[in-house]
Amino acid sequence: MDKTMNEKIDKSRFEWVGANVNESEAITRPTTSYWKDAMQRLSKNKAAMISLWVIILILLLAIFVPMLSPYTMSEQHYAHTSQSVGFRDPDDGHLHLFGTDKLGRDIFTRIWSGARISLIISFTAVFVNVIIGIIYGGISGYLGGAVDNIMMRIIEIINGIPYLIIVILLMMVLEPGIVTMIIAYAAVGWTGMARLVRGQIMSLKQQDFVVAAKVMGARPSRIIFKHLIPNTLSVVIVNITLAIPGAIFTEAFLSYIGLGVQIPIASWGTLANDGSKVFQMYPSQLIIPAICISLTMLSFNLLGDGLRDSLDPKLRR
Amino acid sequence: MIKYVGKRLFYALLTVLTLTVLTFFMMRALPGDPFIGAKAIPEATMEALNRKYGLDKPVSEQLIMYISNAFKGDLGISIKYNRPVTDIIAQAFPYSFELGMRSLIFATIVGVLLGIIAAVKRGTKWDSLAMFFAIVGVSVPSFVIGSLLQYLLGLKLYQATGIKFFPITGWDSMSSKLIPSFALSFSSLATISRLMRTSMLDVLGQDYIKTAKSKGLSQKKIIWKHAVRNAIMPVITVLGPIAASVLTGAFVVENIFSIPGMGKFFVMSIQDQDYTMISGITLFYGIFLVLANLLVDLAYGFIDPRVKLTEGKE
Repeated sequence: MDKTMNEKIDKSRFEWVGANVNESEAITRPTTSYWKDAMQRLSKNKAAMISLWVIILILLLAIFVPMLSPYTMSEQHYAHTSQSVGFRDPDDGHLHLFGTDKLGRDIFTRIWSGARISLIISFTAVFVNVIIGIIYGGISGYLGGAVDNIMMRIIEIINGIPYLIIVILLMMVLEPGIVTMIIAYAAVGWTGMARLVRGQIMSLKQQDFVVAAKVMGARPSRIIFKHLIPNTLSVVIVNITLAIPGAIFTEAFLSYIGLGVQIPIASWGTLANDGSKVFQMYPSQLIIPAICISLTMLSFNLLGDGLRDSLDPKLRR
Repeated sequence: MIKYVGKRLFYALLTVLTLTVLTFFMMRALPGDPFIGAKAIPEATMEALNRKYGLDKPVSEQLIMYISNAFKGDLGISIKYNRPVTDIIAQAFPYSFELGMRSLIFATIVGVLLGIIAAVKRGTKWDSLAMFFAIVGVSVPSFVIGSLLQYLLGLKLYQATGIKFFPITGWDSMSSKLIPSFALSFSSLATISRLMRTSMLDVLGQDYIKTAKSKGLSQKKIIWKHAVRNAIMPVITVLGPIAASVLTGAFVVENIFSIPGMGKFFVMSIQDQDYTMISGITLFYGIFLVLANLLVDLAYGFIDPRVKLTEGKE
């Protein structure tokens, strides 16, 4: 009995402060847009942020190293062939940061010239894929019915054939080179993007704002390009980030088996191929391009995962 | 079910036909001439050669001949080796098939297990470890893994210990098959484990798992009897595309480890401009993979009753 009495709290300690109308309606946090919110979430993802910085660093190196290097990518130093990492030229004191290859060319300069080629090929190829994919998927998803059915069956047939085989066939028919590589990859890589955009548009077109646009007399092309496609943008961005490693891999793979860019142009794939020939003697000549390829792919994959989590929190696991 | 099987068969046939026509015209569009060698060939010999390989007939006739021959199992005679392409495939394919199957089985088993562990131990260091392994796996090309393993395990380990654990090249003893199979399986393994984790997490959040828990089932039973069986479905669907990536990835891995499989022949025939060989191998790979996809689709239809349902609605 005594115990319960003690546990009761004296009522005089509480006081009615009354409702404060102004404060309850006040906005305590600044308003954020969808993109701001997403970027805030992204900046909390450590792996994605580190990847973003790594990608920026790689881009900067690819742009500036070939411009500022004391060597050109095909300049040969016959006296210093196949030198190890960190070799300093005793004559002029220049540093070969990554050593030289079997023809005495500076690997550091070659790596970043190769980076330019590899990145240009993969970025352009993915860009072309996205354009084709958005248009194809947009039309297919919006029109639906028989048109959609036929367009999707075409994709099914293209997907049935392994894409590397088509790329290899195309690479042999056309003159090997940068443009061919982009065409070959773009010719088969768009199907995934088209499917994705179609799926998004199919679900978006049921929504009220599309009906409203239709009622106001907007043409299908306006509805597709002004209303539907901007709303698929977040999915597209995530997919671009995740498609780039695939393109980098394809470029490296083709160059590695000798179908990619031809000498004197070098890409990461051809550098890896050159390095693999002298791998047992000078492992660094393969390991350096291999690390560059892997690190770039890894960074884009991590950034893509981070972007997906932050742009679409529902999918977060 | 019959409608579903028929539809799949029809698409498989259409894909193979498209591939055949595509290969035929690609081969015709190729620059260069297989008969151009070091020596100039007299006009009469050239004509005889063209007649022998049927190159003097009109294009449409050549195409029909090509398709009908292909369906009869005749892929022509290799210009370089002067042997039937089917012969070379019959000789080389078993190596590639064994390598591919080893990689595929290894990737599936280990990938599924990794995915299950990551999902069940979600948020722990096991999860991050498995997923880090997986993202490295999808980011490092097979030729890099292959060369590195060859260098570290084949060469350095031998130099360091004096015992030959793994031969550097070749395809005969058990130990020589381990590194190539692993190198080839790495990226598929990573893809499968990522997919398995996502799918497993999805299933673990379902109501029937809660029901199973509240029934008092053990954790082990819930995972293996209820969760894994449902979560493994999406993994089965990607086995077709993964088989394709394993087989094409073998081009490089076979080259690195000097395995006398199809990949090596394919890369060599590209460099030699051996038309019949390239088109033959392309067609063979295409048909093989279309069949693999068909098999996966059909298996999926049998295993998962929901597929039949949605197909029936159409």
